[in-house]
Amino acid sequence: MYPVTTVHYLALSAALLLIGTVGVLTRRSIVIILMSIELILNAVNINLVAFSRQAHAVHGQIFAIFVIVDAVAEAAVGLGILIALFRNKETVLADEIDLLKW
Amino acid sequence: MNFLDQIWLIPLFPLFGAALMLLLGKKLDPQPPSDVAIAPGVEPVSDEHGNHHAPGHSPDQDRDHPHGHHHSSPLKTLISIICPGMVLLSFLFSVGAVWQLSQQTNRVHQIIQFTWIAGMPFHMANGHMAIFQADWGFLLDPLSSVMILVVTGIGFLIHVYSIGYMAHDNGYYRFFGYMNLFVFFMLMLVLANNYVLLFVGWEGVGLCSYLLIGFYFHKKSAADAGKKAFVMNRVGDAGFILGMLLMFSVLGTTRFLDVKSALAHFGPETTGFGVLSVMAVLLFFGATGKSAQFPLYVWLPDAMEGPTPVSALIHAATMVTAGVYMVARSAALFQLTPSTSTVVASIGAFTAILAASIALVQNDIKRVLAYSTVSQLGYMFLALGVGAYWVAIFHLFTHAFFKALLFLCSGSVIHAMSGEQDMRRMGGLKNKIPITHWTMFIASVAISGIPGLAGFFSKDEILWQAYSSPQGSQILWFVGLATAGLTAFYMWRLMNMTFYGKSHVAPEVAKHIHESPATMTVPLVLLAAGSVFVGWLGTPKVWTLFGDSFHGFERWLAPAFASAAVEAAEHGEHSASTEWILMGLSVAVAIIGITIARYFYNNKPQIPDTIEKAVKPLHSLLYNKWYVDEIYDFLFVDGLCKGGGLALGAFDRNVVDGGVNGAGWLTRFTAKLSMWWDTWIVDGAVRFTSFCVKMLSYPVCILETGRLQTYAFFVVVGVLAMFGYYVVR
Repeated sequence: MYPVTTVHYLALSAALLLIGTVGVLTRRSIVIILMSIELILNAVNINLVAFSRQAHAVHGQIFAIFVIVDAVAEAAVGLGILIALFRNKETVLADEIDLLKW
Repeated sequence: MNFLDQIWLIPLFPLFGAALMLLLGKKLDPQPPSDVAIAPGVEPVSDEHGNHHAPGHSPDQDRDHPHGHHHSSPLKTLISIICPGMVLLSFLFSVGAVWQLSQQTNRVHQIIQFTWIAGMPFHMANGHMAIFQADWGFLLDPLSSVMILVVTGIGFLIHVYSIGYMAHDNGYYRFFGYMNLFVFFMLMLVLANNYVLLFVGWEGVGLCSYLLIGFYFHKKSAADAGKKAFVMNRVGDAGFILGMLLMFSVLGTTRFLDVKSALAHFGPETTGFGVLSVMAVLLFFGATGKSAQFPLYVWLPDAMEGPTPVSALIHAATMVTAGVYMVARSAALFQLTPSTSTVVASIGAFTAILAASIALVQNDIKRVLAYSTVSQLGYMFLALGVGAYWVAIFHLFTHAFFKALLFLCSGSVIHAMSGEQDMRRMGGLKNKIPITHWTMFIASVAISGIPGLAGFFSKDEILWQAYSSPQGSQILWFVGLATAGLTAFYMWRLMNMTFYGKSHVAPEVAKHIHESPATMTVPLVLLAAGSVFVGWLGTPKVWTLFGDSFHGFERWLAPAFASAAVEAAEHGEHSASTEWILMGLSVAVAIIGITIARYFYNNKPQIPDTIEKAVKPLHSLLYNKWYVDEIYDFLFVDGLCKGGGLALGAFDRNVVDGGVNGAGWLTRFTAKLSMWWDTWIVDGAVRFTSFCVKMLSYPVCILETGRLQTYAFFVVVGVLAMFGYYVVR
């Protein structure tokens, strides 16, 4: 049985990042996009924790907790905006909301 | 007290009176309602202030003053004291000033109060620099001293007369205000020390003349007469102004004394018609307007629409002599231009006989006198034209007395006749109004030229000068002599039709005939005394029986007209016997005129009618005043105005409208050009710029989808690109 090394964690993290990125870029529903952003953040968290373990330092884990809090806050704000948007436009599809164009 | 340095006060007294009357008069003289106050001899006048009541003046008080009775409130008495009083003050002041002047050796006194028109340098005609400026200055010399004494002295008597004459009249204060204003301007005219200030008085008296002719402005004829007088005077004034400007341009000054000295550098223009002659003719043209000479005399007879004291003061004694005064004042100029003097003499003689011929057949008592005035003014210009300036002023002086007297007497007659002016409805008034009759008798004798009275001396001197002076001629003398005969005739025609013979008075008028009140008769008597005696100031030189003091007038005026040219030609070649013969002739002509008139209109009243029928065309020609008014109407009113109207209409349509339309077309054309430029050039440039920007921005615009995920994609691509670059490096 191979020991789980940092490289494995990094591989998992890279996979999550890729999945999250593709999700953000390709999915139409904003809810899914928010979930994909969670994936990206969690990929970062895995990286932080993995390097914290390798370096025997606790900083990375603390930072990961910060990121989780941040992710929660971001999800709350994002979903709030989403609901407001839905009330006005009656849609949650990102490609139907092209207000950023002049 | 030194009156000479205070002569500027002389005009100010009447100005004060005028200001008081015209500004406050309405309060001093509460007007009764217009239906109550009916002036005798005047159509009911509803003054514009007719219904005005001053505070505290109740209608009940008006009822106490019914028509026909003197109603003089204390305030009205105040007006009657102030206005004549102001003129009396001026008169006394003038007497003092003239007395002091006579004590001086050079008898010229000039005071300059201040510069009225500030100096402005300009190039004179000869290229030198001069200063265009006018003073507010006064000049008292023998000439102006005669004038101020006449204006204030006779003016005062006429003011006193007006108290009685205008007593029933509406606008009492207005009348006296205008009269005082007139005296002010007239004094400015004769006291001015330069032509520009003289012109102020000249225009001012014209204004007062206009106001007083149109005093009964509710009568259309009166208002029209005022306008006529004003307009005809303006025609002459144009000449005056041009003459004055020419004088500035040639002589560089208009101050009388400076003009005189400037003219000393010019020789007489014996040949041709030079610049001095033009100047003199222009000034004389101004004089023909003011002094009612041909061709501008037609306003004066119409001016009789004004109240009779106005006719006496303005249109007989003073204002109409302003032209004579002005020409006499310009004597130095006229002496240098014999050709102009000939024009003056000819116009004067022609006017004299023309007006006298018209006066022969007029039936309105005031019109006869008006034409007589025109005729006598013609005499004065005849005298001026032959170079006898002092004689012209002498005649002006005597004429002021007897013609003012004639007018005031006619006013008294009209007053007695309840406003009747037609002599055909008079007659036999001799015993009913004796004072008026006797004073008018004296005036008529005086004007007819019977020896011993004023008119004889001045008129005879004019005739003698017309005959004997170098510029005179026998034709001028003969015209003057004929006019003298006509004068005697029409005056005694007037006397006979009015005072003698059978009465033609309407019965209801006859009941009211009464002699005028003392305020009117006393001035008559004083003027009659003047008409008798003032002539003795200038007895003929051949009357060697009398001493020097009987030639005082000429000696008094001599400094004003001192000129070598005139002094030298003291008519050496004419003998005393010639003068005696001519004098006898003129007296004979006068007596013949009087006799014929008496015979025609008293003894055999049918003769005039027979003659009238026999020479109907001539009579109607004279009766209609030679149709001069009609000719003027045809030429100027109809011809010039209507013809001019047509021409102006055509001018309007073609030139003015053409100009306007052309300007409109041009505007439209340029607007079109401008629009094309705007559309294609300016807008084109703007649009091209925006097109370029649009084209350049197109590739960028494609990237701009507005979709969140596109942008996120770009971010990822960017991150990957940076990452790739980092790895590859």
